[in-house]
Amino acid sequence: MDAFLGTFYSEGTLDTSRALLVAAAVGVAFGFFLERSGFGSSRKLVSIFYLKDFAVFKVMFSAIVVAMLGARALSTAGLVDLTQWYQLETFLWPQIAGGLIFGVGFVMGGWCPGTALVGAASGRGDSLVFLGGAGLGSLIYALAFPALEDFSVSGAQGVSTLSGTFGLSPGLTALLVVVLAIGAFVGSNKLVAWKARQTA
Amino acid sequence: MTTATIPAPVQPDTPGAQRYWNPYIGGAGLGLTLLASYMMLGTGRGAAATPARLSVVAAHVVAPAAMEANAYAGGWFDGGSPLANYLVFMSLGVILGGFLSAFAARRTKLVIERGPSASVALRLTLAAVGGGLVGFASRLAAGCTSGQALSGGAMMFTGSWAFMIAIFAGAFGAAHFVRKEWT
Repeated sequence: MDAFLGTFYSEGTLDTSRALLVAAAVGVAFGFFLERSGFGSSRKLVSIFYLKDFAVFKVMFSAIVVAMLGARALSTAGLVDLTQWYQLETFLWPQIAGGLIFGVGFVMGGWCPGTALVGAASGRGDSLVFLGGAGLGSLIYALAFPALEDFSVSGAQGVSTLSGTFGLSPGLTALLVVVLAIGAFVGSNKLVAWKARQTA
Repeated sequence: MTTATIPAPVQPDTPGAQRYWNPYIGGAGLGLTLLASYMMLGTGRGAAATPARLSVVAAHVVAPAAMEANAYAGGWFDGGSPLANYLVFMSLGVILGGFLSAFAARRTKLVIERGPSASVALRLTLAAVGGGLVGFASRLAAGCTSGQALSGGAMMFTGSWAFMIAIFAGAFGAAHFVRKEWT
């Protein structure tokens, strides 16, 4: 493992004050780029769901593509061991159910947790109410956990990647994600133009 | 596909405010930050953990024994305060970075954002309910759009992609029912 760049997570030092400081610095950059992209505005965020402005999708997927290709490149160059990074396990049913509930809450509430922090920082009062609701919803989950525990680990697939699921090499899978993203960017522009013509 | 046929993206309605960045440039910056986060911390982003931990700490003031014994969140008290956590500190950074960006672009504004025909009461009620659903769902899916969809999506985890697709399905499906709030 010595040949690879170590991380706070792989060293087990994510709870040290140095790691907390690095996390805060990383957060500053996240907050900056989110606000620059217009994500301090709930009006901007939800406009995707009315086919007006696909910024949420474009920002999110260009970020995914950049980080994905960067991680692939670093791994191919032998600089990092991706299995030493935090692995999110797949629990298919709670993740699908959670995603559906989250989506409903997103368009109702106008925010997701990260963008609500940016909204709070730029003066949006609705983001504070949203964050209060999010805290309460989390607490309800924690209190109801005994009843939810079985469902929360259903559809368990361990550490599962798209390349494993579809039986393709990681490189080819990454290429497909890039092609899919570019296709969706072009398609979303056509959709927005179509919607504008409908309502004109 | 000419640019003339694509309506302009949503821009700030504050007089004198700078326009938002091109989404691909903002996304590239976000992606490089995410990569830097993985390289240094070994983990990606996370945001929903912060309201979750804050609410558990608040409940702990009222019912300390019950929260420390809680099957889901009790472990957060093992190493001291649940707030001494890297995701909570990342959120503090997000607030600072968001403020610096908004302030520099003259986009800070005290406002309840809503559609032209929505009342403040409707907007805040739906913000609270929507927030509740998002908070609950983020625990169920072990992450939100930051930690699960964006970070796990970039690392190509199957469950993260399933979560992301389900978010878009849920939101597009529900948009019609809350259109009075936004349009």
